[in-house]
Amino acid sequence: MKRINRHYLVRNFHQAKWDEPVIFELSRKGERGVRIPEAEEEVKAVAGDVMAALPTGLQRKTPPVLPEMAQPRVLRHYMRLSQETLGGDVNIEIGQGTCTVKYNPKINDRLASLPEMAALHPEQPVETVQGILQIMHETDLMMREISGMDRFTFQTASGSQAAFAMASLIKAWHRHTGEDQQRDEIITTVFSHPSDAACPAIKGYKIITIFPDEEGYPDYEAFKAAVSERTAGFICANPEDTGIYNKRIKAFTDLVHEKGGLCGYDQANANGLLGITRAREAGFDMCFFNLHKTFGTPHGCGGPGSGALGVTKELESFLPAPLIDFDGENYLLNHDVPNSIGRVRSFHGVAQVVLKAYAWMRSLGAEGLYEVAKVSVLNNNYLFRKLLEIEGIDSPYDPSKQRVEQVRYTLKKLTDDTGVTTGDIQRRMLDFGLHYWTSHHPYYVPEPATLEPTETPSREELDEYIATLAHVVRECYENPELVKTAPHNSVIHQVDESGMDDPKEWAITWRSYLRKTGAS
Amino acid sequence: MKLGLIVNPVAGLGGTVGLKGTDGMAREALALGAVPKSGLRTLEALKMLESLREDLVIYTASGEMGEAVVRELGFACRVLWHSEKERVTDVDKDTTSREDTRQAAKKILEEGVSLLLFAGGDGTARDVYEAVGESLPVAGIPTGVKIHSPVYAVSPEKAGELARRFLRCEITGLKTEEVLDIDEAAYRQGHVETKLYGYLKVPDDARLMQGRKSGSLLSDESAQKAIALRVVDGMVPEMVYVIGPGSTTRQVMAALDLPATLLGVDIVCNRQLVCSDATEKNILAAISGKESRLVITPIGGQGYLFGRGNQQLSAGVIHQTGPENLMVMATLSKIQALQGRPLMVDTGDPALDRELEGYYQVMTGYRESIMYKVITS
Repeated sequence: MKRINRHYLVRNFHQAKWDEPVIFELSRKGERGVRIPEAEEEVKAVAGDVMAALPTGLQRKTPPVLPEMAQPRVLRHYMRLSQETLGGDVNIEIGQGTCTVKYNPKINDRLASLPEMAALHPEQPVETVQGILQIMHETDLMMREISGMDRFTFQTASGSQAAFAMASLIKAWHRHTGEDQQRDEIITTVFSHPSDAACPAIKGYKIITIFPDEEGYPDYEAFKAAVSERTAGFICANPEDTGIYNKRIKAFTDLVHEKGGLCGYDQANANGLLGITRAREAGFDMCFFNLHKTFGTPHGCGGPGSGALGVTKELESFLPAPLIDFDGENYLLNHDVPNSIGRVRSFHGVAQVVLKAYAWMRSLGAEGLYEVAKVSVLNNNYLFRKLLEIEGIDSPYDPSKQRVEQVRYTLKKLTDDTGVTTGDIQRRMLDFGLHYWTSHHPYYVPEPATLEPTETPSREELDEYIATLAHVVRECYENPELVKTAPHNSVIHQVDESGMDDPKEWAITWRSYLRKTGAS
Repeated sequence: MKLGLIVNPVAGLGGTVGLKGTDGMAREALALGAVPKSGLRTLEALKMLESLREDLVIYTASGEMGEAVVRELGFACRVLWHSEKERVTDVDKDTTSREDTRQAAKKILEEGVSLLLFAGGDGTARDVYEAVGESLPVAGIPTGVKIHSPVYAVSPEKAGELARRFLRCEITGLKTEEVLDIDEAAYRQGHVETKLYGYLKVPDDARLMQGRKSGSLLSDESAQKAIALRVVDGMVPEMVYVIGPGSTTRQVMAALDLPATLLGVDIVCNRQLVCSDATEKNILAAISGKESRLVITPIGGQGYLFGRGNQQLSAGVIHQTGPENLMVMATLSKIQALQGRPLMVDTGDPALDRELEGYYQVMTGYRESIMYKVITS
């Protein structure tokens, strides 16, 4: 018998392609999965009229037009769709730079689905939910240790909501000190997340963006020119999307404080910093962590999530209420938050996500968290060195300098040499079952790619990713048409993007699809 | 699919023999041994259209003004304009002229093509602009000595690719780009005098909505309008606003519902027009003894705030307004195209240029600005 040769690391991959209809198209009138039994008379008597609590105006006159399908068909539909995705449990998830996609321990999902957790209701009396309040309180304590902040809330359910809450805190603070009218500007940097600019802009602030200097650091001279008595605050990430850490960050935050502004730290991704640097020592007044990035909870396709938001003592009374307190004996919900920006979400945050982050941290301990940072930085710099050896791949700014947890690369030379763009490579990588992310728009770094390995992959897995990207680069030089017409082995072939900015050409609901396609 | 093509066969000739441009110098250049490359570079661009061969008809001018390369590649070809002159390498005869470019462009416009590709430099862009204005989408293949006008793609291949994507409707948006040209006679004497001659409509390859996490940018025109509204909404009574030339600044006039001088400077006060197409003298008179603001935008692909295409905004004007009273507008795509290079000033007054160096808040949206560096050229 011949042994299978595993010498060539590049995988021969082909994804499932089902041409699966939208679930509404699968609906058959009268078809059903479960026949829900009528409630027993005793139960009815105890429950009373369950609809009574609902105002008449909110009650539907006609039932919603939901798909009607038998169980096996529902199962088959979603199994097929799941085969057409490419998630962190299927591929070596290095390609989604800035997303910090790492392994999410399955046992934590099991914990969150235990009835003790899953059956909880946020309107239960406090004395019956002491366990989860303890977990939230202790997670708060751990986050304080990690960041140097004095108090966290988990009410903000995503990174961008936390960034928005930071803008609200800045506004509330200046209103409190009577300087809100004068301070109408927020400063950010071009390689911070776009939400750091977008959130304060929605809040009504004018946004000033700082560009990088020749070395890739936010230009300090430009920053000095931007900071003034009109500055309400400074919101940035560090390291930025380039993977470069601004080592003069304290000079930036000091300058803002000198002029009376506040500093907010976007630590959505803190993966390279755990146990190494803290928001407090960098001079920030507030920060947030995305638990689905650094703290091992699933991304969940855009939710449910948690953008844990922490502040210093001075800002504690501005946080959304209620805060979770511990009086030495009991855990309680503290609604006495005098300067609160108000609720940003119902209840107290996504408890299951906090539980998973708590379990993740408890399983690693302080030493383990530090190890996470070290391994993710090591993995990243291994990838960085290896990729720079490939013809056509380069990095903006000094490539001899170590990056933190991710790198923004540039494939400009490859594009100049072959005409293949970074977008083409993104599609071609799907033919090998791998992700590859370019950058936010506009492309300040020409033909960008942003890769972030995290601590999850082993060296063998890093090598597979590197070998695959090297394989695609070789294809660019030898057979550029193959790459330009990719994907070939994926769920769909190249999508016609010409209608993408014409609202007549797309629909985000079934109802608008029917309307726009002229069907009844 | 109908594509127009005009090649200026003498473009680039001056460069190879050290002449700064080819305007009126083609015969001298040929005599000096210059080898025409415009056709070859056009060939590189047209090769990118290979995949459209079946459906494509190219409308062009005779001989080396297009027909020759089209036939060489075997594309379907129709000649709409016959130049008297067939080969540029005949030194003893006159070369094709600017008039040939203009006439060919007019014929191509009448034919109703989807896009006009033209090969040449700034002079060629001017001729195309004079013939078709903003009524036809165009794209430039860079083959000339001087390429200051951002109507040109960065390489012939890129021009060909842009044309292909536009013809296939992968790009549907258009943006307005400037046609700039240097006075070559003055340039040969060592003076740079750039003039803004007009605007052409170029396919807008913003690569919208690609990739899941990538928010799409506003189209260039929407961004220009947003910045213009910001300027207009912030206008202070009795303040004199001097609106410089540029496709971004002219949106300020549009937002005020006032007529904009296409290439010149307009002056506005209390939202009313004070002076159209103002000369340096007009400007000095209008701002004398008044508080004023200069509303400007970087011109051309090099990113000049002063000294290229807006000479009316002289050193004297800037002195009188005060360097702290500049209002700089630029869309993010303009800034992105600079690839990190600073903006530049060249007012002709070195001391003033040095004074203007530093960081400026450049307005990039209704509420968005960037801090951007300005240096002397």
